[in-house]
Amino acid sequence: MITAERKPMEEILDYISPFQRIILVGCNECVTVCAAGGRKEVGLLSSALQMAFMKDGKTLSVNEITLERQCDPEYVEELVAHISQADAVLSMACGCGVQEIAKRFPQKPVFPALNTKFMGASESQGVWSERCKGCGDCILGLTGGICPVARCSKRIMNGPCGGSTNGKCEISPDVDCAWYLIWERLKALGQEDKYEDIIEAKDWRPSWHGGPRKIIREDLVE
Amino acid sequence: MGNFEPIIVAFCCHYCAYTAADMAGSMRLSYPANVKIVRVPCTGKVDVQHILQAFQNGADGVYVAGCLEGDCHFKNGNTKAARRVIYAKKLLNEIGLEEERVEMLLMSAGMGERFAQTAFEITEKIRKLGPNPIKKAKKS
Amino acid sequence: MKTESVLEKVLASGQLAVTSECGPPRGAQMNKVKEKAEMLRGCVDGINVTDNQTAMVRMSSLSACIIIKQMGLDPILQMVTRDRNRLAMQSDIIGAYTHGINTMLCLSGDHIHFGDHPMATNVYDLDSVQAIQMVKKMRDEGKFQGGEDINTPPKMFIGAAANPFADPFELRVARLAKKVKAGVNFIQTQCIYNLDKFETWMKGVCDRGLDEKVSILAGITPMKTAGMAKYMKNRVPGMDVPDELIKRMSGVPKEKMAEEGIKIAVESIERLKEVKGVAGFHIMAIEWEQKVHEIVERAGLLPRPQV
Repeated sequence: MITAERKPMEEILDYISPFQRIILVGCNECVTVCAAGGRKEVGLLSSALQMAFMKDGKTLSVNEITLERQCDPEYVEELVAHISQADAVLSMACGCGVQEIAKRFPQKPVFPALNTKFMGASESQGVWSERCKGCGDCILGLTGGICPVARCSKRIMNGPCGGSTNGKCEISPDVDCAWYLIWERLKALGQEDKYEDIIEAKDWRPSWHGGPRKIIREDLVE
Repeated sequence: MGNFEPIIVAFCCHYCAYTAADMAGSMRLSYPANVKIVRVPCTGKVDVQHILQAFQNGADGVYVAGCLEGDCHFKNGNTKAARRVIYAKKLLNEIGLEEERVEMLLMSAGMGERFAQTAFEITEKIRKLGPNPIKKAKKS
Repeated sequence: MKTESVLEKVLASGQLAVTSECGPPRGAQMNKVKEKAEMLRGCVDGINVTDNQTAMVRMSSLSACIIIKQMGLDPILQMVTRDRNRLAMQSDIIGAYTHGINTMLCLSGDHIHFGDHPMATNVYDLDSVQAIQMVKKMRDEGKFQGGEDINTPPKMFIGAAANPFADPFELRVARLAKKVKAGVNFIQTQCIYNLDKFETWMKGVCDRGLDEKVSILAGITPMKTAGMAKYMKNRVPGMDVPDELIKRMSGVPKEKMAEEGIKIAVESIERLKEVKGVAGFHIMAIEWEQKVHEIVERAGLLPRPQV
């Protein structure tokens, strides 16, 4: 999923302080799962913002709406009925959702309430870790199902580097060495010999380095 | 300010603090009328949203009173509540309210005296802090 | 002979090679480079010039290499893949070769997290193994990494680093094998304090015949103080400093610590000379370049061969 975290309240308040009526839009997808921008977080932020306004002797009217998916124009359309009653929109979706709203309502200021973090997995209750960088050319088949692009701090394709210590990365004992994990997994698979195949220099064109990306599925295009 | 009577909302677990409050009553122990008790089946049921809404609706202080460590009827509702209270403190801080306005307390069903005593202590603490700044702004 | 590199010639002659290093200054101070390099004249076959070491901004390795080259010495261009993409690396390699620099070291580099610009982006377009492949392709095939022909390709004698002490130990020989497969010509190891462990690694290297394919220069860093020994043990990732060594350093009075450190370095060289597969020494006297001559001399590695 795409993970996110709420921005500092001060920054959010800075964005919305000029307004009296906002729509606070949550999203039912990834940010609900990572407890950053679902219905519940919308309610919480709404209360907090209203209280912050009240403290300054102001009032803020918040229209709380949580969409099925903010990154889908079909669902963003649901805001049409409410948008005229709002001075601004505060989105609790990932960056994709914020941009969909901005696109649909060109005249309306739209602000992000979250910092979109990474594509990750849930490690345990309340803990998420980065797993994929979306490089566009998956090499997990070569690396025992553990991604060095996302999980090695130096993105090293032929690791581990000289900083690997007790299975941890040189940057922090809290970060696993991806290449240690890869090696352990290759051993478990009985594929130790695979380790010595050099992974060639990566073609970064399918990744973000090739410019903004797009997928067009001819069979689905209307 | 001298005659400020704070409104305190206490989320009390049915199995401990609520019973303790009851016991305080039957022991004829008085405790401040400022404390408004909300009975919950377990403090694990108390969400940050509930705490925030109490403040939004005019509470000057909030506390969550759950079972002693290891005694939760639902295993660990009390420790979850404790973490949520910490989160609520952070949130209050972020919007400029004193984090001391919310606390987590632990007690058993038999601690009628402790219930009454903490009700006094917390009422006094909040009295010193003064009214919830939101209310102040509202009035002025 | 693949290149004009003095280091290559010394190694080819079968004599023990000696290299050292010189960290460029954190400012536009040509004299600092000259002073440090001058101390190494006549006692080494190549001078590594570090590339923003520990991720701190310094004078570029390339320009310091040019200064050293113009002094009639033999610089070794260190290049980390952290700060440059493959375009920048290749253009710098061509530039270096144009100035007569013919020996280089391909590294991934310390993570930016450690340096004075932790807010910068890491590049890591390539890793060190892929950088070796690129430099080899430029030299042997006369082609850029992207595949096009180079007019007058740079002929670099290619080095890399190896850390026999990093984890997992069982991978350390295999990782070297990968660098050898990529085409590395010489290796400079991490500072060696745990000689037993190094010898175990070296045996693994020789068992696979890797010593026939790559020249391994054993890394030596003299300790200045017992404090430095402790710091290296506890703070430097991938460093193995045995407790006996710390005890030995701590056991001498403060004013004699430096001498003890040098003594240890010389003893290490003497012992490692006898280890099969050791083709020379890389002496990293961090901000202590003035002692390199003495160490090399006391270790019986002077005079340097004329090749």
